[in-house]
Amino acid sequence: MSRRARLAFFAVAAAALAVTLGVGLAGLPSFGSQITAYAAMLNELAPRQRHVTDVVSAITFDYRGIDTLFEEFILLAAVAGISVLLRPLSDEVRELAEDKAPDRAIPPPSPAVWLLAVLLSSLLALTGLETITHGVLTPGGGFQAGVILASALYVIYLGTNYRTVERYQPDALLEASDGVGAFGYVFIGLLGLLAGEVFLSNVVGLGVTGNMIAGGTIALLNLTVGLEVAGGFAILASEFLDQTAVIRTGRR
Amino acid sequence: MSVLAYGVVAWLFLYGVVTSRNLIHLVVCLSVAQSATDVLLLEIGYRSGGHAPVFVSLPVHPGPAVDALMQALALTDVVVGATVTALLLALAVQVHKRAGTLDPNELRATRD
Repeated sequence: MSRRARLAFFAVAAAALAVTLGVGLAGLPSFGSQITAYAAMLNELAPRQRHVTDVVSAITFDYRGIDTLFEEFILLAAVAGISVLLRPLSDEVRELAEDKAPDRAIPPPSPAVWLLAVLLSSLLALTGLETITHGVLTPGGGFQAGVILASALYVIYLGTNYRTVERYQPDALLEASDGVGAFGYVFIGLLGLLAGEVFLSNVVGLGVTGNMIAGGTIALLNLTVGLEVAGGFAILASEFLDQTAVIRTGRR
Repeated sequence: MSVLAYGVVAWLFLYGVVTSRNLIHLVVCLSVAQSATDVLLLEIGYRSGGHAPVFVSLPVHPGPAVDALMQALALTDVVVGATVTALLLALAVQVHKRAGTLDPNELRATRD
């Protein structure tokens, strides 16, 4: 398709979308004036009904838990797709002979960088665990915590030589954490069926509002999602780093 | 008109997606256009003087809370957006390896 044809096509599509969206947006209440009855009801009910103080967590993992199940599988599918796309191709090798030559060794990072990486990654791991365990109390939860935990691993990559990290990094564990996290969500959903209720109903003891262990399945789902996101994002980073640092185009 | 910000950013960057001459640039445009949606969602859920939908008993919150539902939707959007961006970048890596270019106009399938 030529550039002109593409632009014309875009102009028509964008105009049609703008009109449809404009009609919808014009029907919205004015900015900041009110929230929907549904949202107001959830704000009112969630702390009493589910014993959590963070309503966003209650909506994500309980009231609209099935949406999050699909979202989790989108994440799993994307990570699997990237692993397949970025695998070594038939004409690529993981290491050339000159990569191993002693006179071409990559210089190690300075001790200051290494120390900073150790400090930062332990702080990030701590923040990640704090975010994941307080998901029912304060803003945060599995998705955010998973990304923070994975970034603790990224900082290790920065502070050391990636080729060394690549050799020792627990690939099987990361992949297992991604899969177990996704399956764990389904399993917790099935608990509802086992208890004679519907899929993903909150059948675990709700605990006391304001405690760290509260909200029943909301806290458990936070943990499984955190596990999946941490594993998935760590795999993502290592796949992209493999492309630049490890995988070489073989000689023809 | 508060949704104007969304309209301008989303359409400007969608135009960028259509006219882009570099796949990385295209992915970044898409990612910005998609983030504009988050802004729209949060705008819809905002309530003047409202506080975050976190109901810790102490100290007692003055006034109403904002819409938690829109925040949950924005959270979903951010996660899906990040994975889609990563998947598209992986495609761009392979396109560059196979075709030796990142310009979508140079690719055989899109050339006239």
